Amino acid sequence: MDMAQPLPFVLDVPETPEDQGSQEPSPYDESEVHDSFHQLIQEQSRWAAQEGLELQQRARGATGSGQHTLSGSEGAHSTATLRILASMPSRTIGRSRGAIISQYYNRTVQLRRRSSRPLLGNLVRSARPSLRMYDLELDPRAQEEEEKQSLLVKELQSLAVAQRDHMLRGMPLSLAEKRSLREKSRTPRGKWRGQRGHGGVCSCCGWLRYACVLTLLAFNALLLLLLLAFIVGPQAAFPPALPGPVPVCTGLELLTGAGCFTHTVMYYGHYSNATLNQPCGGPLEGGRCSPRAGGLPYNMPLAYLFTVGVGFFITCISLVYSMAHSFGESYRVDSTSGIHAITVFCSWDCKVTQKRASRLQQDNIRTRLKELLAEWQLRQGPRSVCRRLRQAAALGLVWLLCLGTALGCAVAVHVFSEFMIQSPETAGQEAALLVLPLVVGLLNLGAPYLCRILAALEPHDSPVLEVYMAICRNLILKLAVLGTLCYHWLGRRVGVLQGQCWEDFVGQELYRFLVMDFVLTLLDTLFGELVWRIISEKKLKRRRKPEFDIARNVLELIYGQTLAWLGVLFSPLLPAVQIIKLLLVFYIKKTSLLANCQAPRRPWLASHMSTVFLTLLCFPAFLGAAVFLCYAVWQVKPSGICGPFRTLDTMYEAGRVWVRHLEAAGPRVSWLPWVHRYLVENTFFVFLVSALLLAVIYLNIQVVRGQRKVICLLKEQISNEGEDKIFLINKLHSIYERKEREERSRFRTSQAAVPPTLFTDERDA
Amino acid sequence: MGGSGSRLSKELLAEYQDLTFLTKQEILLSMYVVSAPHLVDNEQQARSGNEHTGTPIAERANGSPLSARAHRRFCELLPQEQQSVEASLRAQVSFERILSLPELKANPFKERICRVFSTSPTRDRLSFEDFLDLLSVFSDTATPDIKSHYAFRIFDFDDDGTLNREDLSQLVNCLTGESEDTRLSASEMKQLIDNILEESDIDRDGTINLSEFQHVISRSPDFASSFKIVL
Repeated sequence: MDMAQPLPFVLDVPETPEDQGSQEPSPYDESEVHDSFHQLIQEQSRWAAQEGLELQQRARGATGSGQHTLSGSEGAHSTATLRILASMPSRTIGRSRGAIISQYYNRTVQLRRRSSRPLLGNLVRSARPSLRMYDLELDPRAQEEEEKQSLLVKELQSLAVAQRDHMLRGMPLSLAEKRSLREKSRTPRGKWRGQRGHGGVCSCCGWLRYACVLTLLAFNALLLLLLLAFIVGPQAAFPPALPGPVPVCTGLELLTGAGCFTHTVMYYGHYSNATLNQPCGGPLEGGRCSPRAGGLPYNMPLAYLFTVGVGFFITCISLVYSMAHSFGESYRVDSTSGIHAITVFCSWDCKVTQKRASRLQQDNIRTRLKELLAEWQLRQGPRSVCRRLRQAAALGLVWLLCLGTALGCAVAVHVFSEFMIQSPETAGQEAALLVLPLVVGLLNLGAPYLCRILAALEPHDSPVLEVYMAICRNLILKLAVLGTLCYHWLGRRVGVLQGQCWEDFVGQELYRFLVMDFVLTLLDTLFGELVWRIISEKKLKRRRKPEFDIARNVLELIYGQTLAWLGVLFSPLLPAVQIIKLLLVFYIKKTSLLANCQAPRRPWLASHMSTVFLTLLCFPAFLGAAVFLCYAVWQVKPSGICGPFRTLDTMYEAGRVWVRHLEAAGPRVSWLPWVHRYLVENTFFVFLVSALLLAVIYLNIQVVRGQRKVICLLKEQISNEGEDKIFLINKLHSIYERKEREERSRFRTSQAAVPPTLFTDERDA
Repeated sequence: MGGSGSRLSKELLAEYQDLTFLTKQEILLSMYVVSAPHLVDNEQQARSGNEHTGTPIAERANGSPLSARAHRRFCELLPQEQQSVEASLRAQVSFERILSLPELKANPFKERICRVFSTSPTRDRLSFEDFLDLLSVFSDTATPDIKSHYAFRIFDFDDDGTLNREDLSQLVNCLTGESEDTRLSASEMKQLIDNILEESDIDRDGTINLSEFQHVISRSPDFASSFKIVL
């Protein structure tokens, strides 16, 4: 050690308490401080060799065994320790220009080598890049800021202009620094401006409804487009002869779907079962013989079957894809925890400008924090076995009651529908047709409210579980009711309406259900939520508006969509009705939301809900509709007097007939019948495809589990590193304390006569 | 002054649009705030066709009532001699004037916001570009990343790079109100801070650093919409 030159770190480190408040460690002096740290390590390794044991014992004693804590508050640390602490990379990353530049350099590099799934081997690119850049062991001279800046500039130059502007915009540096970076990285090629990304997330409920409704609109629009192009369009261009006089249009058609809507393209019965636009050669059943010059013949039954099949297939694929996509995006470990932190950090809305609104917000936040603390306190209470048994019993009872309600509703629907079949006097009146949809709609509306009231009895342990249980119960109810109805239509009505057009009837029934659902939703929104708000304000004396019940609203959307899917086969224009209904419901709900409800207290729910929504849409809803469709196509005999399949045994036979036709047609198209015989009708192929699908799903599940495990291990590693850090800080503190004491004692003894040997001893050591 | 002033402003305008998240309209609006001339009436200025200030571009580009509203709302923040564009860009406005803006007046973090965005050496004045930075971070289209970065710096009351217990308790007091009857009790505060640290302090050092903060924020979908100031 050079004696003549004073040690740099002695100069930098203020040893007297007077210097305490004088200098804040400057964020731009990184290299200096890291240098001092390095020197400190060198000196300490020497001291440790001397009195290593004593220091270790002291450190251990100060920190205690097991969990390391910072000895005393930070205020008790010497300023030297504080200064070094303040320059730790994890603390300077927010302030230091150099650290920000390194971080964004890393990000730009990562941008170039884009990979969808984060590589586990690449974990060394942590969020503390400045630590990596300073290789303390091998490279004592830390990288200069200019070097880092030049690296960043080089990376920026290799990006496209739009990307570079996007990177620059996202850097948390001041405008002057961004300007200088931009100047340096500007290539002479051109200065054209890049496009902007559009961020902006609306608040919770508006966004959620918007996303769900948008998804549903997309699915319906897709289906409608296909149907319009391949079924409705051609049939509308070649209208068949009408069986009887057209009934006059009263206003009731909009509700019942019967009357003057019956013999239009809206329902299955209107479609012809022959080839349209056929050149007048052989005999035709139905349809007029008036070919257009140069027109193509159009086989209606085949087109009907294939279009509906292809429409469902495409819907299935896009549904599964968006579900997988949303699942991957929203799947986070423990995303429901952290409610206290999120409430404190994210709840202040900076858009308020009035003092009064600001005070209101403060009140709200305070109430919410107190509630959170109370809930947490409740959960922490010791759970006795007796209490747990009681809770389980209450839960079991409520579940039993809700399942009973669902069963009761299903039985009621069954009995009522049987009654409607048996009573002939109501068959003549059109308005009587509305009774069944009304009854079912009221049950669907009332039973969830009942379950909600019952749910107030059960213990509120975990809000997540509460919401999921409410969704499950509601879902079971709706499935039970829909299942009964499907049996009623395909099982009973087909038998009862022999000799008439039962498909038309089923199509009309589904139309009626859709319309009645819309009317009841309207009434519920206008009156139900308003009434509930009045009740909760006046009777229950709650200060805040009732919460927006996301679960119930999402399930209502799914129910409506299921009805639309069930009815597509029998009423090709039903998706159009569903689109109109969705748009109207969205706008009405939005208005009611602003007036009557407040955002739910659980912000995590919204991000989970879109995944839940898509999953529920795919599994019970779409799957059920697909099963219904398959049963109707494969097993049920179509009616003999109407529709495109009137002469066939099942609807599927149209396809089989056509394949036989193709076989006879010639050797050139023989691959199609071969495909049909060996891939579609042969069950082995279906099993193979299902097995492959299951294997892929299983692999993905395992990968996700593996990544979760890695996340847990990493968390453990981070907390171990934190313990290391605390240990080092305490050791630093003890070293400086000791140094201070020694300096003080040296100062005191230097006032008396001091033998020079003491000095040399110190310095030579 | 008019011709050269407008040319300078156009280039600068394009540069500001590239480097910040603000639209042209917002940048011009904020120019009103910082370099608002002595005239109070927008119509009078239009009629007089005053070319001496930097505002003609704003009027030509943006003759909507929005600018008139902004003009009427914002009182002059600068003395009269700093009217020209170049001077207004380099002028430093003291905190009191910025804090008198209605958007910031009701915000309990207003002093911290001004301090974080100030680049002057004494950190008590804001230049126009600092103000643009402020608006850019709080704008609609800013990435959640940059918002969380600055939110962290705003919440770090003692500027030491982490959120320790004192920072957190000061933060909670700002949120609930400063007066005695609106604060949380000492035990509630301690419990709350313990819970926050339990949930977000991954390395268990008793403080929340930037990475941990950003990790917590990333789980909240409406952080971006609440951390927004609309001019």
